Amino acid sequence: MAMMTIAEALRQAIREEMQRDERVFCIGEDIGIPGGFGGAFTVTLGLSDEFGHERILDTPISEAAIAGIALGAAIAGMRPIADVQYADFLFNMMDQLVNEAAKMRYMSGGTLSVPMVMRAPVGATARGAQHAQSVEAFFTHVPGLKVVCPATAYDAKGLLKSAVRDENPVLVFEHKLLYGSKGPRTEKGSISPVGEVPEDDYTVPIGKGVVRRKGKDVTIVANLLMLYRSLAAAEELSRKGVEAEVIDPRSLVPLDEDLILESVKKTGRLLIVEEDNLSGGWGAEVAARMADSGFFWLDAPIKRVAAPDVPPPFSPLLEREYVPSETKIVETVLSML
Amino acid sequence: MDKDMTSGSNTLGADRLLAMYQMMRLIRRFEETANELYMQGRIPSTLHLYIGQEAVAAGVSAVLRKEDYVVSTHRPHGHALAKGVTARAIMAELFGKATGACKGKGGSMHVGDMRMGMLPAIAIVGGNVPIAAGLALAAKMQRKDVVAVCYFGDGAANEGAWHEALNCAAIWDLPVVFVCENNLYAASTPFKQAYKVENIARRADAYGMPGVVVDGNDVLAVYTAAHEAVQRARRGEGPTLMECLTYRLCGHSRSDPRTYRTKEEEKSWKQKDPIPRFRQYLLTNCAVSDEELRAVDESVEEEIQEAIRFAENSPLPKPDDLYTDVFKE
Repeated sequence: MAMMTIAEALRQAIREEMQRDERVFCIGEDIGIPGGFGGAFTVTLGLSDEFGHERILDTPISEAAIAGIALGAAIAGMRPIADVQYADFLFNMMDQLVNEAAKMRYMSGGTLSVPMVMRAPVGATARGAQHAQSVEAFFTHVPGLKVVCPATAYDAKGLLKSAVRDENPVLVFEHKLLYGSKGPRTEKGSISPVGEVPEDDYTVPIGKGVVRRKGKDVTIVANLLMLYRSLAAAEELSRKGVEAEVIDPRSLVPLDEDLILESVKKTGRLLIVEEDNLSGGWGAEVAARMADSGFFWLDAPIKRVAAPDVPPPFSPLLEREYVPSETKIVETVLSML
Repeated sequence: MDKDMTSGSNTLGADRLLAMYQMMRLIRRFEETANELYMQGRIPSTLHLYIGQEAVAAGVSAVLRKEDYVVSTHRPHGHALAKGVTARAIMAELFGKATGACKGKGGSMHVGDMRMGMLPAIAIVGGNVPIAAGLALAAKMQRKDVVAVCYFGDGAANEGAWHEALNCAAIWDLPVVFVCENNLYAASTPFKQAYKVENIARRADAYGMPGVVVDGNDVLAVYTAAHEAVQRARRGEGPTLMECLTYRLCGHSRSDPRTYRTKEEEKSWKQKDPIPRFRQYLLTNCAVSDEELRAVDESVEEEIQEAIRFAENSPLPKPDDLYTDVFKE
């Protein structure tokens, strides 16, 4: 086993998939330019040297074209991995993803499949309102799209491989502060969860969550950076005598409802932590489902800790207020007991 | 009238000319019939009919092979028929039947059948253009001798996705032909109100590809231009923008009284109706007899009637079919 950052694990997944299957290629902005960045967060760094510029295909700044071309290529038998420089730019692609990619199979009466992957970095990182949003919920709302959000190096490699091999459009959300990108692309405030990543071929199934910390008093469901904030909060709570069970959903579509429900049955309390704005976030959907299926096991109202309903701010002080903190998570859990 | 027509027919035998005539008739009669069925309440939905524009689909598809791709719009029946999707499969789709080209899940605006190279049509104006570039990119990467044709109207060339896709197709020399059917109105908005330039084809210059203006009501002119563009694409020399000047001899959709156009204008275009024009051309220049043409007309009529019978006798989808075909397992 090798120790890898998430950026390295993603790169390794892409490399192995491209070696395994000649249909796999990458398309996006600044991903393979000689002397360039290897994508905004170094994930594709060096891959154009290995695979050439046809399979690490740099595009003009044309997001609608990137998504639509990936879609067309997928229909025609290729397996594109599109690099969305910042998840905020997915909004430039909305027509292609929501009207086209998500509905193509259905509109065709089930005769077409669309095996395409969109990789998109989320998270507030002192870049202001348009390079900061956590946009997962926009896509969990759309039938025909799968949504995953790997928070560890192991899952990054395994989930990206599953996404590439999936026959449907999959959005892979990655967090800027978790990449562990090195050199000039290092992100201030990164927590870089370096982890063990097997060198052999393995996949992490889409639709399966995982319990990251066992506990009996409260269930916390949190993805990406919020998973780490929640794990830190759980340690703090433990010192106060409260044992939180922390679940990493890993996939938002399909959602591992059973895993969450089993935990809620045990703890009787549910907190969802997400970096997206509160209203209409994916956490609202988890809350609604657990209010429905878990009602008789709940001992307290379901709570959410999310970014408030304001745009992501620039000033680091404001950003610290915006992104859910360990302290907020601890306080909210204590209010539920 | 025949003097107007392009004399490209010397490269085409009588059988291929007749096949083009047959396709134009089939599209015209399919659309007229669909409209009647709609007015009688026998099919649901709205309809965007292709009446008047038949020469474009017939002329372009006469150049294409089965494995070539066609990416269409909200007005797709003619494109689908010309690419080889059967009248019965399209008619059943309009009826919302389980035997339709898309099992009743697509409808008029999304008819297609990839087995014939016809992508389910894209009804978002301009949204189909990047997809066509993607199909062409795949063909190039797979080293396949396959071309993608992307149809769109004059409205689409003002969409952002259109510009992004044309630029990408040009810089990568993709085997794609962009076929603009300029019928002078984007729904009700006149072309001149939406364009400062006289022709959309001029925009090809901006992307570094050839742009040609074609008489879209002259099937042989369309054929000739499409032949050149498709050959160029097959040679790996990249895309072409073809602007076919044509006219809807019908409303934009089901409830369009066409009060934004003058009767004089409609009349002048009716005189350029591509079907009588080509019929006359065949009679005058190609030693095709009136009997032969009438035999074609009759066979088209039979095909249409058979399509209606098939559609009407076909089963509806089951309610549970709503839930299938969202994801591939």
